[in-house]
Amino acid sequence: MDLTELTAVEIAAKVAGGQAGAVEVVKAHLARVKTLEPKIKAFVTVLEDSALRAAQAVDSKRARKEKLGRLAGVPIALKDNILLEGVETTCSSKILKGYRAAYDATVVERLKREDAVFIGKTNLDEFAMGSSTENSAFFKTANPWDTNCVPGGSSGGSAAAVAARMAALAFGSDTGGSIRQPASFCGVVGLKPTYGLVSRYGLIAFASSLDQIGPFARTTADAALALSVVGGHDPRDTTSSQKSPDEALEGLEGQIKGLRIGLPKEYFIPGMDAEVEASVRAAVDELKKLGAVVKDVSLPHSSYAVGTYYIVAPSEASSNLARFDGIRYGLSAPEARSLEEVYEATRGAGFGPEVKRRIMLGTYALSSGYYDAYYGKAQRVRTLIARDFDEAFKAVDVLATPTSPTAAFRFGAKTSDPLAMYLSDVFTIPSNLAGNASMSLPCGLTKRGLPIGLQLIGPAFSEGLLLRAAGALEKAKPFPILNAGCS
Amino acid sequence: MGIQKHDVEKIAKLARLELSPDEVELYQGQLVKILDSMAELCKLDTASVPPTTSVLGASNVFREDEPRPFPEPEKLLANAPEREGPYFKVRKVIE
Repeated sequence: MDLTELTAVEIAAKVAGGQAGAVEVVKAHLARVKTLEPKIKAFVTVLEDSALRAAQAVDSKRARKEKLGRLAGVPIALKDNILLEGVETTCSSKILKGYRAAYDATVVERLKREDAVFIGKTNLDEFAMGSSTENSAFFKTANPWDTNCVPGGSSGGSAAAVAARMAALAFGSDTGGSIRQPASFCGVVGLKPTYGLVSRYGLIAFASSLDQIGPFARTTADAALALSVVGGHDPRDTTSSQKSPDEALEGLEGQIKGLRIGLPKEYFIPGMDAEVEASVRAAVDELKKLGAVVKDVSLPHSSYAVGTYYIVAPSEASSNLARFDGIRYGLSAPEARSLEEVYEATRGAGFGPEVKRRIMLGTYALSSGYYDAYYGKAQRVRTLIARDFDEAFKAVDVLATPTSPTAAFRFGAKTSDPLAMYLSDVFTIPSNLAGNASMSLPCGLTKRGLPIGLQLIGPAFSEGLLLRAAGALEKAKPFPILNAGCS
Repeated sequence: MGIQKHDVEKIAKLARLELSPDEVELYQGQLVKILDSMAELCKLDTASVPPTTSVLGASNVFREDEPRPFPEPEKLLANAPEREGPYFKVRKVIE
């Protein structure tokens, strides 16, 4: 049996029951990393030694007949903007090269408590800014379904690692679609939890009012398990909700009959990829066969979401990234004479083009005389976008849309035009602005063999409902597992 | 939207970001384009719409301001580009 074909739920059960050793499971995944990584390059750091030590500790714990955690021996990949104590954390940026995390993120602490094993840190668009992982300062990650294509972004490494079975589970962060869009491109499940459900402590901040950590998995049951482990209140994050993950996952079990699904007309636009539209509509039809009621709805302010996002997110980023100043960690310009010069030279040399672009945009939007016209205005439009969702959720339980207007695109297809790249997140951004729950699950393949993602959006703390609908679809129309080494 | 070269230089200065002349030119063009695409927001009348300050509807969260020791401060200092004993070393600030 190929242990990398097991789901996280299966691995934890087998390790706890003694049918498989954690070391054996981790070795199988490390072997797969060795074979595939030269082509895919999902990882910034592979943690071979510490993963084997951690797996050994799980097996010893079992030998001592101690109770094992819910993720016993499950190999997990972490986006390289989430802190894992003692391990280099780079955000795929030159400015953080060499920085070793001094503490664990809350999600890491909770995963360790359940005996998970960290197999590596994954590549991302620098500071999570991008939609293709091409903005990594180190190297590009390839889509395991077609290595000429991008894996999506910004959590492209995490999505690719799970799709290629180099990890059973992975975590990423989603500020405007950075979990859902790469999940869609790589044919895996990606969940963006409700804002506040998962602690952001130990996540290197991009845009604090939008950032949310969430899991990548190959099944909805694995995504639910991952959320139940990492979710819940954390006093170290003041925006953390009091809701428990169990409350959010309520309704996970249940039938589809009577579930009201809304199709927002603004998400089915002329000119969108025909294969994507057909596949998403077919998935909705499948849910209809199971008894769901499908209705057309409208989210009238959708067309303002991208513009709103590209004011709010860069503004918050320009403030958050002020901490990278060459004084306490990472790169520092050695020749600079004054403190001012240290700041300017370090940041000029350490940040890549997209990060600089967004810092410039945000600094402008927040600067004296422009604040009301840009940031103030965008925060008001944001309210209108959130109200659209409130209205829609009076008529339906869940919204179904494409995750992205296209399947994975080829390397370089959008790098010269920042605006074209930004539009890749047109359907995922509104959910971050409103702070509600959303996810992507694979619903089909294009003729060329690239995955297509269906996005489900629900009200805040409706993760159980989303995963119930996704689970029913997964059962009715199983998505192919990527069996080839990679194409 | 008229963003000139000197505006780009001023923003870069505010952001403490050293830019090459090529970068100044690149960002001038791109910022104009990006900001133009956002002008669409002005079409919306938002005079009576409150800004979203928290999607959770939460207000301020308070706790006692009590210092707690960080277990191993050496782990933080170990990342310093320049240090002297238990201090981060910086260039002279006051002439």
